Amino acid sequence: MEKDQYYSRLKTIVSPYLPEDVRAESIGMDSHFVKELNINSANLVDIILDVEDEFDIVLENEDMDAMQTVRDAMELIDKKLAAKK
Amino acid sequence: MNRRVVVTGMGICAPNGTGLKAFGEALRSGKSGIRFQEDLYKLNFGCQVAGKPNINEALINKYFSAVQLKGLLANGLIYGVIAGKDAWNDAGLDVQPEGPPDWDSGIFFGTGLLGVDKFREAIYHVDAGQVRKLGSNSVVQTMASGISAYLGGILGCGNQVSTNSSACTTGTESVLMAWERIRSGQAERILAGSCSDSGPYIWGGFDAMRILPRSYNQDPESASRPMSASAAGFVPGSGAGALVLESLVSAENRGARIYAEVLGGIANSGGQREGGSMTAPNPGAVQRCIAGAVEVAGIHPSEIDSINGHLTATSKDAEEIANWSQALGRSGADFPYVNSFKSTIGHCLAAAGSIECVGALLQFKEQAIFGNVNCDDLHPDIESQVVSERVPRKTLPFSINLLAKASFGFGDVNACIIFRRYTN
Repeated sequence: MEKDQYYSRLKTIVSPYLPEDVRAESIGMDSHFVKELNINSANLVDIILDVEDEFDIVLENEDMDAMQTVRDAMELIDKKLAAKK
Repeated sequence: MNRRVVVTGMGICAPNGTGLKAFGEALRSGKSGIRFQEDLYKLNFGCQVAGKPNINEALINKYFSAVQLKGLLANGLIYGVIAGKDAWNDAGLDVQPEGPPDWDSGIFFGTGLLGVDKFREAIYHVDAGQVRKLGSNSVVQTMASGISAYLGGILGCGNQVSTNSSACTTGTESVLMAWERIRSGQAERILAGSCSDSGPYIWGGFDAMRILPRSYNQDPESASRPMSASAAGFVPGSGAGALVLESLVSAENRGARIYAEVLGGIANSGGQREGGSMTAPNPGAVQRCIAGAVEVAGIHPSEIDSINGHLTATSKDAEEIANWSQALGRSGADFPYVNSFKSTIGHCLAAAGSIECVGALLQFKEQAIFGNVNCDDLHPDIESQVVSERVPRKTLPFSINLLAKASFGFGDVNACIIFRRYTN
C-alpha cells in the first residue's frame, strides 16, 4: 500500500532532525513531531520543505499548521498527490 | 581586581594545516597552504591563488550533528567550530550535555562576513519569490554572531557569548577582549578566536581593489611574500583560530597545561587622520598601540625578543617595521626577531589575528621562531632599519620569553598583545 511507502520515506526525512536522545525507531505513525519526537519547532519548517521536495508537492500555510503528527503528514501527502492527478 | 590570565588551549583550522600538530609542523618547515583556485580562474579573477583549509566531509561530520549538517554552506562557521571545539578539548575542558550552562565560561569569536555562500543561496530564493525555501537555517548561518552562537550551544557556555568584528584586527581583538573580561573577574574562561569564510564572494572585493598579486597564478606557493622586495600584494586566506584564555587561578586549580601568559595589550584606532584612511593606518596610532601594549603589560620594550607582525606582503610592510622600531625604540641589530606567517597561510582577514596568535604561541612550546618564507630578497627599506638576521628565513631554535603580536585592519584599527613564557 502507498501509505506504507510514505511512512518509510517520511521516516528518512524526519530522522536527521531528531534530538540525540530520540532514536529513529521511535517514529511511529501517530508520533507528534514536537511533543513526542522532541523536534525543535524551528526544524518543522525544514521538514515541510523536505517533504515538498521528496513528493514534489506544495504545502500551504494551513497545511503546515495541520501537520502535527506523522499520520497528518501522510494524509496531506495523499491528498496533495491525489489533487495533482 | 587585576588577575593573571593564561592560555590553556588552542585549536586551528588553517590553509596549511588543521589541528595543532599539522599546523605547527607546517610553520616549522615552511609548508605552504596557498593553492591555485579553479573557481577564481573560472570567474576571471586577477589573483587566482588563495589559502583555504583542506578539510573533507568525514572531518566535518565529526563536529556537527546530522541536523546541523543539513544545508550547511557557511564555511567560516565550519572552520570556526572545528577550531573552537578543538581548543576547548585541548584545554581539557568537559562539555556537559545536560543541566545548567557553565556560568563562568564565555565566548568572543569574531568574524567579518559569515556564511556568504548561504546568503547567496538565500538571495536567489528571495529574488525568485520563494522566501519560504530559506528554511530555518538561513538566519543562523548568516548572522555574524552565528559562530559564537553555534559554539555557545555546543560547549554550553553561560557567560557572555558574543562576536566582535574589526576587519583584519578581529582575531587579535577577540583575545584582548577575553583577557580584559577574565582579568577583571567577570569570567574564568573565555574561548577567544575568529573565523573567515573562503571563496570568491569574500575575496572578490579585494581583487577589484587590485591589492592582490596577479603574477603568481602558475606559482601559488611563491605568491605571498611578506617583507620581500618583490612583495606584490596580499594573498587572500581563510580559516579559523581559537584560544582558551583562563584565569591563572582556574588553570592552576585544574592542573591545566599553560601555553603562555597574556600580559595584556590595547586596541585603538587612527581615526583615519594623520595619514590614516579607510585602508591605510595612521602611523602614530600604530606606534601608540604598540607602546600602549608594552605599558599595559608592565614590561620594558627592550625585553621583547620576538614580534609576530601583521606584515601582509604589500608595500606597507616597511612602514610597519618602522612603526615597531619607533614604538619600541629599537633598530638594527637590537631589533627583536620578526616574522609573518602570511607567506604560507595568506592573509586570513578576520581570522588572521587568531590563527597567527595560535602560531605565535606554538613557538613557545616548540622553542623556535618559525622562519619567514619567500623573503630571500628582504626589502631594502626593511634592511635599512633592521639587520637581516633579525628576519629569520629559516626556523630558528630560540626560547622566546616575551612576544608581541599585532594586527591592523581596514577602518584604521589596531590591536597589540604581549605574551610571556609562563613559568611558575
